[in-house]
Amino acid sequence: MMSMDTDEGKTVMCLLTDPEGTHLGSAMYIPQNAGPLQLTQLVNRFLDNEEMLPYSFYVSDEELLVPVGTYLEKNKVSVEKVLTIVYQQQAVFRIRPVNRCSQTIAGHAEAVLCVSFSPDGKQLASGSGDTTVRLWDLYTETPLFTCKGHKNWVLTVAWSPDGKHLVSGSKSGEICCWNPKKGELEGSPLTGHKKWITGISWEPVHLSSPCRRFVTSSKDGDARIWDITLKKSIICLSGHTLAVTCVKWGGDGIIYTGSQDCTIKMWETTQGKLIRELKGHGHWINSLALSTEYVLRTGAFDHTGRQYPPNEEKQKALERYNQTKGDSPERLVSGSDDFTMFLWEPSVSKQPKKRLTGHQQLVNHVYFSPDGKWIASASFDKSVRLWNGITGQFVTTFRGHVGPVYQVSWSADSRLLLSGSKDSTLKIWEIRTKKLKQDLPGHADEVFAVDWSPDGEKVVSGGKDRVLKLWKG
Amino acid sequence: MPQGDYIALHIKRNGYRLDHHERLRKKEARAVHKRSAMAQKSLGIKGKMIAKKNYAEKALMKKTLKMHEESSSRRKADENVQEGAVPAYLLDREDTTRAKVLSNTIKQKRKEKAGKWEVPLPKVRPVAEDEMFRVIRSGKRKTKQWKRMVTKATFVGPAFTRKPPKYERFIRPSGLRFTKAHVTHPELKCTFCLEIIGVKKNPNGPMYTSLGVMTRGTIIEVNVSELGLVTPAGKVVWGKYAQVTNNPENDGCINAVLLV
Repeated sequence: MMSMDTDEGKTVMCLLTDPEGTHLGSAMYIPQNAGPLQLTQLVNRFLDNEEMLPYSFYVSDEELLVPVGTYLEKNKVSVEKVLTIVYQQQAVFRIRPVNRCSQTIAGHAEAVLCVSFSPDGKQLASGSGDTTVRLWDLYTETPLFTCKGHKNWVLTVAWSPDGKHLVSGSKSGEICCWNPKKGELEGSPLTGHKKWITGISWEPVHLSSPCRRFVTSSKDGDARIWDITLKKSIICLSGHTLAVTCVKWGGDGIIYTGSQDCTIKMWETTQGKLIRELKGHGHWINSLALSTEYVLRTGAFDHTGRQYPPNEEKQKALERYNQTKGDSPERLVSGSDDFTMFLWEPSVSKQPKKRLTGHQQLVNHVYFSPDGKWIASASFDKSVRLWNGITGQFVTTFRGHVGPVYQVSWSADSRLLLSGSKDSTLKIWEIRTKKLKQDLPGHADEVFAVDWSPDGEKVVSGGKDRVLKLWKG
Repeated sequence: MPQGDYIALHIKRNGYRLDHHERLRKKEARAVHKRSAMAQKSLGIKGKMIAKKNYAEKALMKKTLKMHEESSSRRKADENVQEGAVPAYLLDREDTTRAKVLSNTIKQKRKEKAGKWEVPLPKVRPVAEDEMFRVIRSGKRKTKQWKRMVTKATFVGPAFTRKPPKYERFIRPSGLRFTKAHVTHPELKCTFCLEIIGVKKNPNGPMYTSLGVMTRGTIIEVNVSELGLVTPAGKVVWGKYAQVTNNPENDGCINAVLLV
């Protein structure tokens, strides 16, 4: 094959595979002084990419940052074995980490309970304990509209994936639809739920465009599908015996609900039939996350900031969805009060793919990274844990918070992770180095809600001190 | 056999008088009139006592009536907006009694600046010097009287080393030394056994503060790192002030309330 005499000529047998384990070509000899850069070129050539895409490489779950030869020497790996190198595509864009508070906006008269950027990252809504939803102007960083209509605390807000509607749910169980352009209530509040709303999820834009339907979950044990144009509840998904804590509308047109009765139920959306029940948890389920959740949330909007005409939106969203999903089925992860998480492939089997253990307190929030390669989990044990999004392998723990971690949020390029905690700080963690990147103190009290804008420009946080903070890079 | 029991025995053997129940009923019916007549007639302290008792009964009755009325009238519960909003994921977690720590540190600072403390025990009994100290006679003939022994509980820091007896004017007996205090968090309503860091202020005088004497009303600093309180910058608070609420020299322990 090649001469093995000179130092430069030393080679090692390598096998390149993608994260799902599919081989890229057969095993080949590569020179030992080849580093990630050379491997990137190689992968790009093999995959016939038109433009150079960035890749990162992993050898037995550790990132390869040095030439292969150095790695072999350092870790005492035999040169005679076939070295399996896993390549993962990175986002072609980079998001600047935020490091300063650009604005503190007062306005809410009670704790801020939820914040959300619109899918294009150009609008911002927040819900509060003072029963109002407020819309904020991101260019001047000032209040834009105050939306009054709820009778009790506003617990959740959700933007439609095309950014044309805003829906909010309150503690008294009514749902309000708002026009984000004018800040007005569309019709009267929708009633049906008997207790507070715990979650809202929109139908993905690649299944139906323009957006019409969304699903809400409530403490009263039901989930309801609503139509925004008909202004009424179409289907009531009842079956859970206790409060439904979380609801997600999957990319395959299936609704997932997690409940305090320790089960996850899957529903079909035309008639509201129960398809499957996922059992395994020993206590309340607090949070669900889908591997494609980020792309479902942002719909047709990507990092380029292009606007698509309504008739192309669906096509573009489908394209983005398929790209993120890849060949593998959609994955679901659930975080629970029993301190564990389960990774499921709901369309394949009723059995969990993996049980993720390690947290010492309940898991409050789980979130897949935008590319679906990582899972982040926020727990009351003051830590954030990072897991491999495909296998569910434990990767690392981010310690640093001194209070329970309430929420996490990913940057759009999956390179940074944001966490908000009861200890009144936000922290940004870097995935590559697995270290704290930035500590963001400033809130005077607990941070209840955080969100990273999909265009990556800004981070918003709201908490018990009643102010909204915007952070910038 | 006790006297009353003969009656009971008689009743057991022969039953009640034939008109017993009727007499009882009549007596009970008359009792109200009798009591009212008495209430109108009585003078002085007796009258006052009766009036007070009647008033208490009436107030109680009114309260009960109101309570019954409330339970029967239908109202929609949970309608009004409550204070202290929490997100959906905390709504079902009752046990999250949250200590208001953060804004409090600012408040505490402000108060410190003003030099005034708003404390649970604003007034304390002044302790005279002869109560605080006992004179110890020294010298070969026990004629010298310059030594004092503190008769109250004291805090002696871990770095304390004794001076030679000649220079030791105040003796703090080791039996009355304390290193831990039972500190109650007023909002969490629970008590922790915390280490004392120092004596911040004894209201009886700066000398007692420097001696570390802890009497009722003394402000002490305790180590609260176990409680996990946090400052606005996200750092763990470890020292916080507390006020002593008992008489440690009598009780053999120190109880205190955290100042928040």
